[in-house]
Amino acid sequence: MEIKVLGPGCAKCKATADLITRVAGETGKDVTIDKVEDMRQIVGFGVMTTPAVVVGDKVVHKGSVPSHDQVLSWLN
Amino acid sequence: MSADITTSRPTPRPDWFWHLSLIAFVAGWWVIYRQLIPFSEFVTGLFPVDRHSHTGEAIAFFFYDVPKVMMLLTLIVFAMGVVRSFFSPERTRALLAGKREGVGNVMAAGLGVMTPFCSCSAVPLFIGLVSAGVPLGVTFSFLISAPMVNEVALALLFGLVGWKVALTYFAFGLGVAIVAGWVIGKLHLEGWLQDWVRDIHSGATAPDETEGEKLTMVDRYRLGIEAVREIFGRVWMWIILGIGMGALIHGYVPEDLMARIMGADAWWSVPAAVVIGIPMYTNAAGVIPIVEALLGKGAALGTVLAFMMSVIALSLPEMIILKQVLTLRLIAVFVGVVGSGILAVGYLFNFLF
Repeated sequence: MEIKVLGPGCAKCKATADLITRVAGETGKDVTIDKVEDMRQIVGFGVMTTPAVVVGDKVVHKGSVPSHDQVLSWLN
Repeated sequence: MSADITTSRPTPRPDWFWHLSLIAFVAGWWVIYRQLIPFSEFVTGLFPVDRHSHTGEAIAFFFYDVPKVMMLLTLIVFAMGVVRSFFSPERTRALLAGKREGVGNVMAAGLGVMTPFCSCSAVPLFIGLVSAGVPLGVTFSFLISAPMVNEVALALLFGLVGWKVALTYFAFGLGVAIVAGWVIGKLHLEGWLQDWVRDIHSGATAPDETEGEKLTMVDRYRLGIEAVREIFGRVWMWIILGIGMGALIHGYVPEDLMARIMGADAWWSVPAAVVIGIPMYTNAAGVIPIVEALLGKGAALGTVLAFMMSVIALSLPEMIILKQVLTLRLIAVFVGVVGSGILAVGYLFNFLF
């Protein structure tokens, strides 16, 4: 499955991508993470705060580093 | 931040436990806060220096101000964290969309204080507001007030300089945001946005998938605690550095030096303070202890406020971020208008006080 992390390369955006990678590794799920740093694409998703997470075509989270449990729930 | 607290809750405590803890915390806070002067005198007494020497003064200043500022910051940031949990950028957008200028500017400046905001989200926020039909000037009122009137600045001003100055800063920070935004709106500069920004109208109507969770009061406490943790992680070093610098100024800089350079009589000092403030990029935590020390050495209040506002509201890194959505001409107008507002505040204060 593909997960997009939206954010212009800020520290929290990186932390979010790293967390998803780690959780994916723990669960053994095959996840590709796509870091979207281009502002035009980011605002195209309609988010106003970053980092935001897109699973499929849905924005599932925005404005903060998600929790471990949240990431788990997206992977399942 | 709004979501990660609802999912992980290993052993839920009853709500009354949280309310009682909060009351106990505030009571304990008050008791400790009252003991800070004896504490600082005690610590200073441990150093092998004369209490009334320069070094003694500097040490006492440092050990009084650091704990005091840290404590005030904890309380105010926590309170703001709880208040902000009632607001979100999406809600702000809904409130501001279609508002006329004037009323819209006032609301936007107020919401700028209340809405959770991080300068790294300035661009998507800006586009989110503009594309939803919030007038450009109203958007600017928000963008000016959000960083300038923040709880860290207010907590530090309150703790180090006094509540009168804190209140004044609050009122005039909002004032500059309202008037500057209104002026920018009157200039009708929508054409000076970057081309791609004008073409976006998508974000406004996208349904919000992450909304819909109801926060309990305890969730809001947690958000407040989270805010304290995050802000402390970011500013503690600045506070110690800033107060350290302030302590040195306090102990060693001659009394009337600043009165000559930054006093009310030196008319050029206000514009100089604004210009010097632009390339300086620090947060309120770093600059306010220095401000306090300068005031103590005879610098004029208006000059110092202008310097502070300029450092916080007009920063080069923020302009570089905004360059993605604004043309250079529009950024120049932004700096010009906000800078003039700050100048006016500086002169007004030097004249009044």
